[in-house]
Amino acid sequence: MSGTLTLNKITAQRGISVGEAAKKIADLGWNPSYVQEAMTFPTDYKITKAPKDPMKQVLRSYFPMQEEKDNRVYGALDAALRGDMFRNVEPRWVEWMKLFLAIIPFPEISAARSMAMVGRLAPGEDLRTGFTMQMVDEFRHSTIQMNLKKWYMENYIDPAGFDITEEAFGKCYATTIGRQFGEGFLTGDAITAANIYLTVVAETAFTNTLFVAMPSEAARNGDYALPTVFLSVQSDESRHIGNGHSLLMSMLKEPENHLLLERDLRYAFWQNHAIVDAAIGTFIEYGTTNRDKNKESYAEMWHRWIFEDYYRTYMLPLEKYGIKIHHDDVQLAWKRLTDKRYVHKVGQFFAVGWSANFWRIEAQTEKDFEWFEHKYPGWYAEFGNFWKWYEKLSHRGQTNILFNGDVGYVYPHRCWSCLVPCLIREDIVTDEIDGKLHTFAHELDRWTAVNAFAGEYEGRPTPAMGRFSGRREWESVYHNVDMADAIKDLGFVRTDGKTLVAQPHLRFDAKEMWTLDDVRGHILKSPLETLRAMSPADREAHLAEYRKGFTINPCN
Amino acid sequence: MTAVPNVSVGSGAAGAAIFPDSDSRRYRYFEPRAKRATHYEDVTVDVQPDPERYLLQNWIIAFPNGKGAYYKDATAALSSNWHAFRAPDQEWERTHYQRQSKIEGMVQSVIANGRKSGAPKAFDKSWVKILQTHLGAWKHAEFGLGTSLMQAQRYGYTQMINNATLTNSSYKLRLAQDITLYLAEIGMDIPGFDDNAGKHTWLEDKGWQGTREAVEAIMGSGDYLEQYFATNIVFEPLVGELFRSRFLMQVASPNGDFITPSVISAAEADYERNLANSIDLMHLLATDNQHAAHNKKLFQGWVNKHVALANKAAAGLQPIWSQPHSKPVQYADARAQSVERIKKILGELGLVLPKE
Repeated sequence: MSGTLTLNKITAQRGISVGEAAKKIADLGWNPSYVQEAMTFPTDYKITKAPKDPMKQVLRSYFPMQEEKDNRVYGALDAALRGDMFRNVEPRWVEWMKLFLAIIPFPEISAARSMAMVGRLAPGEDLRTGFTMQMVDEFRHSTIQMNLKKWYMENYIDPAGFDITEEAFGKCYATTIGRQFGEGFLTGDAITAANIYLTVVAETAFTNTLFVAMPSEAARNGDYALPTVFLSVQSDESRHIGNGHSLLMSMLKEPENHLLLERDLRYAFWQNHAIVDAAIGTFIEYGTTNRDKNKESYAEMWHRWIFEDYYRTYMLPLEKYGIKIHHDDVQLAWKRLTDKRYVHKVGQFFAVGWSANFWRIEAQTEKDFEWFEHKYPGWYAEFGNFWKWYEKLSHRGQTNILFNGDVGYVYPHRCWSCLVPCLIREDIVTDEIDGKLHTFAHELDRWTAVNAFAGEYEGRPTPAMGRFSGRREWESVYHNVDMADAIKDLGFVRTDGKTLVAQPHLRFDAKEMWTLDDVRGHILKSPLETLRAMSPADREAHLAEYRKGFTINPCN
Repeated sequence: MTAVPNVSVGSGAAGAAIFPDSDSRRYRYFEPRAKRATHYEDVTVDVQPDPERYLLQNWIIAFPNGKGAYYKDATAALSSNWHAFRAPDQEWERTHYQRQSKIEGMVQSVIANGRKSGAPKAFDKSWVKILQTHLGAWKHAEFGLGTSLMQAQRYGYTQMINNATLTNSSYKLRLAQDITLYLAEIGMDIPGFDDNAGKHTWLEDKGWQGTREAVEAIMGSGDYLEQYFATNIVFEPLVGELFRSRFLMQVASPNGDFITPSVISAAEADYERNLANSIDLMHLLATDNQHAAHNKKLFQGWVNKHVALANKAAAGLQPIWSQPHSKPVQYADARAQSVERIKKILGELGLVLPKE
């Protein structure tokens, strides 16, 4: 006998191919004739060509595959505890997870909800299976991340901040940026939100920094749980990228979609950059204790993942379909990350506002300075004194850095579009919406709020497009309120009724921990309300001064 | 200034130091249903924010009509506390995948073993025809309900409602696919098996048009709660269980088919969970301390509308009971059991079954 006899050869029976199975499943749908489905989430896009499902996966193989992935995740979490992970984990890192994990479950579940929107809009049934799996995936991501957060809360030295997580998400001046991101997935024009902003840009481009770069940094800080969970999450993303690309391809067929695609790719890329880079850049650069000079900086990773990978291989080829790609925007984002030190300014801003946070931020030290200077030449001259001040003012009895006139920091205006403050001071612009003055971090943010999120775009009616709403400037909620009262109202106080959840240090000692009394007596001001109250001349003078920036005073 | 070490305790582990809230190891922003929060509650409650709870700045993006991401009037039902609902099945991602995966494993084993023993060839000939036409048509009903619930899970006012709807959708879509692949696989063993007959029957056969109309009415509703209500409170007992439990499950084996009941049985267990979730939610609304009367009136309206459609659907399916070679169950008995079942369900909610 030439071949070996195997069990498989004895028991094998004819089955249907994956392609055939996918085809049969795609035939489950039909066009209703008794009652039409309500088009409840409108779009200004026209989609006539049925998108194809590139993954050709069916639920029969999907569920066991996901269960197996889950088993590995939960097994790894158990192993991490048995290996006493928390004894060696870097608290500086875990503290930032209080912010990150407060934000991320909401964008995830928003993505699940948004699958309903694209599922109904996409003609044909082929891709509906893909959208179905993405819906269940996103449900997986949201609850697996909530579980991870609970696990940190149960095992990490300081659970405060984790214990109020979803409440904090709704209230914090930093999580407001994450809410802009998540709400962007499911509100407004269904295609703008669920296809371009979520899938084509956020998932295809920026999940690499979120779910690949960040886990690497976690591992460097002794945290093996986050990589386990998030790399498992990321393994679902390739299917989502396929869904997004397939729907995008079917929309490209309609020339009348091209103007909207240009608008939405521009808005989505810029806002993902502004939001994701602000948050993830800060976690990676400022949440780490690992200062290995051979590792990539966030800017270097961005260049690899976003510039080389996404921009060159995904965005650029769209030009051949007649879509205008704004190359300048990509270059501009890169310049903001390098020359204009965007991430560092965000890290500085979060640190200045530590007392209104719900996690601890530790001062950067000499060892950190050296690494920053190596990776970002000139960093020390701009930020060295600030972090020395921060360390000095981290002790109780000192004046809260947010209100300390000796430091020289000028509290920034908030961008009405991306909700990250206008930190690159020279780029601030203003405009009016419905007769009200607003501030923007960059001209592209102004364009997003004024031109893109409107009922008309370049002469074309866009009735389905969303609008910016709510009390978008966080600071205006607590305009003229005492800092201590604001923190109390936010609920960012420990259960003793006086100790702040946030602390400007990692000293796990009651005597060192700031209380409401330590921050009382300073009044919060809304920069926007203050600006609006000025005369036109004073306003211009103020903005001119703002654009000049500020200098941190030497700290001795 | 005295130098203070960055980490005073040299460990990031729980209990390494004692300070305010160093032992605060439970989520403390929601009220658990029982004394202690369940795992499901911990990973579910408040992930979808609400301006009336913690969303300080309100929704920050709006639809052109000014509404934010979620709004209460996505349903005509009213609640004094939308956040009170907890799904009795306590489903979160891990339990969902475990259950779905086990079902898929069970279904595939049953089909593979049945085919290995040559079972499909032993099916009664008239039964084969029933499988290809009627079970083939039924898969579209399950798919329609699954996509309808996929749509519905976008609108609920809380995470608990939407996740229960999402898992319900996932179960329905899995069953639709299971039936599709099951028929395709046994079709390979049965000469002349027409895999397309089901879709044709669903779209064209007179007896199935009532079912299609009932499903399309649910799919076409603009009220997410009506979709959830109509699926589990009305359609499932009067049509779903009627066809699955009171026909396929009971008639298959006397006609030589031991495979189909196993494939379908998972759906019966799915429904028990989805029914428990639905009744719990609807019961909360029907006994709401401010809106009970409004909700009961609304629900009775939904009952009247969808029961009429479901009755028409059931009547259309009646001839199927007389088609198998062996007829262990009479339609009239099956129907009587369905009516009894829905009466019990409606009774839980203080609603009545309209007279035919």
